[in-house]
Amino acid sequence: MSKREIIHLENIIKRFYVGQPNELEILHGINLSVYDGEFTSVVGASGSGKSTLMNIIGALDKPTEGQYTLDDVDVIAAKDEELSTIRNRKIGFVFQTYNLISRTTAIKNVEMPMLYKGMGRRERKERAEYLLEMVGMKERMTHTPDELSGGQKQRVAIARAMACDPAIILADEPTGALDSKTGRTVMDIFHRLNEESKKTIVLITHAPDLAEETGRIITLSDGNIVNVRVKYDADQYEESEPENTGETTGENSGTEEE
Amino acid sequence: MLLFENIALALAGIKSNKTRSVLTMLGIIIGIAAVIAIMTIGGSMSQGIQEEMSSFGANQIMMYVTEREDEDDFGGPGPGMRFEDSGREMKDDDLITGEMIQGIRDNFGDRIEGIGLKEEIGEAKAKSGSLYANVRVVGLNADILKMEEIEPVAGRAFTKEDYREGRKVAMVTDYFVDNMFSGDKDAALGKQISVLVQDRYYSYTVVGVYEYDDSDFGYSTGKKSDIRTDLYIPIKTAREQNHNNKGFANITVVGDPAGDISTLSDELSDFMEDNYYSRNQYFTVDTWTMSSMVDELTKSMATVSLAVSLIAGISLLVGGIGVMNIMLVSITERTKEIGTRKALGATNGSIRTQFIVESIVLCLVGGIIGMILGCAAGLAGSQAMGYTGHIQPLSLAVSFGFSSVIGIFFGYYPANKAAKMNPIDALRYE
Repeated sequence: MSKREIIHLENIIKRFYVGQPNELEILHGINLSVYDGEFTSVVGASGSGKSTLMNIIGALDKPTEGQYTLDDVDVIAAKDEELSTIRNRKIGFVFQTYNLISRTTAIKNVEMPMLYKGMGRRERKERAEYLLEMVGMKERMTHTPDELSGGQKQRVAIARAMACDPAIILADEPTGALDSKTGRTVMDIFHRLNEESKKTIVLITHAPDLAEETGRIITLSDGNIVNVRVKYDADQYEESEPENTGETTGENSGTEEE
Repeated sequence: MLLFENIALALAGIKSNKTRSVLTMLGIIIGIAAVIAIMTIGGSMSQGIQEEMSSFGANQIMMYVTEREDEDDFGGPGPGMRFEDSGREMKDDDLITGEMIQGIRDNFGDRIEGIGLKEEIGEAKAKSGSLYANVRVVGLNADILKMEEIEPVAGRAFTKEDYREGRKVAMVTDYFVDNMFSGDKDAALGKQISVLVQDRYYSYTVVGVYEYDDSDFGYSTGKKSDIRTDLYIPIKTAREQNHNNKGFANITVVGDPAGDISTLSDELSDFMEDNYYSRNQYFTVDTWTMSSMVDELTKSMATVSLAVSLIAGISLLVGGIGVMNIMLVSITERTKEIGTRKALGATNGSIRTQFIVESIVLCLVGGIIGMILGCAAGLAGSQAMGYTGHIQPLSLAVSFGFSSVIGIFFGYYPANKAAKMNPIDALRYE
């Protein structure tokens, strides 16, 4: 039985400064499918285009060309307002720098996506408490981010990403700012979410050892997928060969700024 | 739903940035406080004057001899501001004579309650050993006592004989009695007192004591014992002592309150002109009523209010620009927050709302502080000017509305800027 396709990227091309002399192509035609319940990592050096890819997957940016369907929703056709809804309902962001709102408490941070979704006060509070308990931060929920350590902040951020029960969790270097021990705790939470809650997770990292923990490793280089390695549960997924559209001409290599 | 969160967030922001917020709000605070203060003082003044008017004076018409003016001149000068620099001085036959007064009585008798006559001898000091009292010696007729509701609290008022024969009798105030007779009113009655007016001594027998109405001089300063009060004597006595048997420069006609005072005032003016002054090429008689004074006062108050409002308006404008400036700074500082919010699903609209609400809250908090300060200043100012302070609810409502409008107006541009931020750039902002 094949699993449902959550992310479907087809021939994604991203160019910057279109029509100008310094026009730049960052992604050269990415084809990628992520299935329900998968824990996928995207690795690549700086400038490989993984940030650009992450922005596109996160519905923060639109590709210049190509098709993108997220949880059966056509992202390409979505207008601004609809993109907000997609980000709100379908995607849970976890950032390297946590990005918690510093003037307000942990629980208010977790409630924020639910606020934009329009959930009621009580429902919000209950769910936020539940999620904070899940990441082991319930007793700190009235603290402001300033009063939390990096690892604690990231746990709150994960709870926030889970707020609206998104189709995918999109984690951009979630352990990048943490020491290895707290980084471990954070990774364990991701594993638990994946295994127990069956969450689809896309982890963007440049740390090979973290990528090794995930079910599938997609290696990006110069705007192309150069390698797809399935680590475990291989038969669970449809085989996804790197469909490199070629044109790794090198003229664009290393041009993406971090 | 989002509104409450936004308000709470905005308040938290103000609290965490107290100094900056207060400095930002200063323009709004000053502007609103100025508007409220001036409206409170103005309102209290006209309310106070209206109350005074309704208690007395509303039906009084002052008639006074004044220079003729060219037709195209601006409105007449008030009685207190007669032009003295004209080429021609007022002569005896320019004044209002007893004959004219009788003419008014004959022609308007059924529409007037009386004609008040006053003759002032001057400011004086009454002395008795080491005791003294400041007085103003004023001669008056029975109609004035009636119209000003002056009644003796001890002794008696002047009798017909006092008036007719020009007796040297006096009515003094209780303040006068406090100073000269240690407050013993009965001791004062029948006593001879002498007052010094410009090197001349006059002496009178105290026949009555009336209560000094201190509300007239509520703003006077200094010791109570130095307050100058009126010492009344019969009009004839005053005229004799002044060696004045000419006429009056001004008289006060008390109209029947049931009638139309301003019509009566106009008719009296015409009557005087037609019957007595048509051949006098230099002088005429003008009339003036309390309500015309109130009109004038209200008009000048409105001018002052307008001027202050203009200044307040400029202050509000500057304050608004300050708010806009700080909102722009705040948005730049919080670029990453805006990016994060967008990533979490905030629409452009909800970002815009958030910052407009923040701007409104900032302005409203400033406005409310301004209202409190303005009310306090307005009440204190009214008090200092001798009026009971009345807070004008309208001014509060207007200020509240104005603060909100400033918040929206000056918050819109920064909020819109925030709303239009590209989420990727905003997220990457350090």
